[in-house]
Amino acid sequence: MSLLSVTRSSLAKDLRLEWRSKDALNAMLFFALLVVVIFSFSFEPSAEESRRIAGGLVWVAFLFAAVVALNQTWARELRNQVLDAYRVSPAPADALFLSKVLGNFLFVAVLELLMTPLFSVFFDLRALGATWQLLPVALFGTWALVVNGTFFAAVSLRTRSREIMLPLLLFPISVPALIAMVRATTLILTGEDSAFLPLVFLAVYDIVFTTVCLLLFETVLHAE
Amino acid sequence: MKNAFMLLALGVFLLLSYGLYQGLVAAPTEATMGNVQRIFYYHLPSAILAFLCFTVNFLASVTYLMKRNARADALAVTTAEVGVVFCTVVLVTGPLWARPVWGIWWTWDARLTSTLLLWLIYVSYLMLRRFASGGQAPVLSSALAIFGFVDVGFVYMANRWFRTQHPQPVLFGAEGSGLDPSMRPALIWNLVAFTAYAALLVWIRYRMERARQELEQAHALAALAGGGR
Repeated sequence: MSLLSVTRSSLAKDLRLEWRSKDALNAMLFFALLVVVIFSFSFEPSAEESRRIAGGLVWVAFLFAAVVALNQTWARELRNQVLDAYRVSPAPADALFLSKVLGNFLFVAVLELLMTPLFSVFFDLRALGATWQLLPVALFGTWALVVNGTFFAAVSLRTRSREIMLPLLLFPISVPALIAMVRATTLILTGEDSAFLPLVFLAVYDIVFTTVCLLLFETVLHAE
Repeated sequence: MKNAFMLLALGVFLLLSYGLYQGLVAAPTEATMGNVQRIFYYHLPSAILAFLCFTVNFLASVTYLMKRNARADALAVTTAEVGVVFCTVVLVTGPLWARPVWGIWWTWDARLTSTLLLWLIYVSYLMLRRFASGGQAPVLSSALAIFGFVDVGFVYMANRWFRTQHPQPVLFGAEGSGLDPSMRPALIWNLVAFTAYAALLVWIRYRMERARQELEQAHALAALAGGGR
């Protein structure tokens, strides 16, 4: 079984499951909506101020919401011992991991697509820099959150009180990525400077941590 | 074993006392900062030992993942715990020193932020060890240790490049560079004393962890033998 075919079929299965139940998406969307509303009540910024703080608010909201989806990724496979079946099957572990990462990436991307317009309405946002640059920031940033998130969701699956364990493990590791994402977004919104450096930083972070995740995932999957 | 520990503990106590004397009495008062600078003799050795502990933890974790050696795992737990203790000392003494000298308790510069994040990562490491069920804890936490080690470099660079500029801390005599020779004995004595103290803690905690592992194994074997009947 090749890496590609297993990844594709596992991803297709996850997407079909999500399409039929919409559990993760609904929970994430509503959670993110609540965070946005609570933020708007907590801060009442002017248009100028909101350009400075929106980068932080948006990414914190997405990070929190992503945790909701990430917590469900592997828990789903516990029913009917699917994960155990995976462990004994000859399918490459990397394929399982990659399909989960891609699935979560798509879910969080949909969330971002739906929430970003809402954010800009609530916070009266209009980017002064090059708006299209927000696209690579979102791509690299989401990947950074999701790749580590999927890995640590698999780790926290093996612990007591796993739902709370995931953010405890994921947030410290995600801090550098979060700093770069927020910095890039703020630079684009305020149009002060080029967002090139934080983007390169995010790309390097993504490459390094994707490698580390792939190297260690099989070990974690088979941890007994 | 018990006697050896007592003897070593006494030695460490004497060393620490002499270090304290050196730092508080023998070392000259710093010209601009005054007596508060003396906290440096505790701050720097703690920082060095925290980083040393975390490095050993990383190496032990990698060794564990490659060789599945229970001793490596015991060393990893031990150094993580002792490292967190020293890192806490750094994070407490730092603001105490910063407040009178810089006028602020905290600044988000690269070094402070990385130290704080290091502390956060290793606290999450200890939580994972506590919450992970039984035999999986060593593997899972070794993986986390590797992530943490990789992450710290990123935090340092992220802070240097992207955080808005805060008042740059003026570190008098930090890293031994601008240190007056008359202050060197106090620093060296405290460094020696703290290293001995850390080594003692690591050693005794390591023995405890090994004993725990052996006990667990004995229990498992006994259960297996009992289950056969």
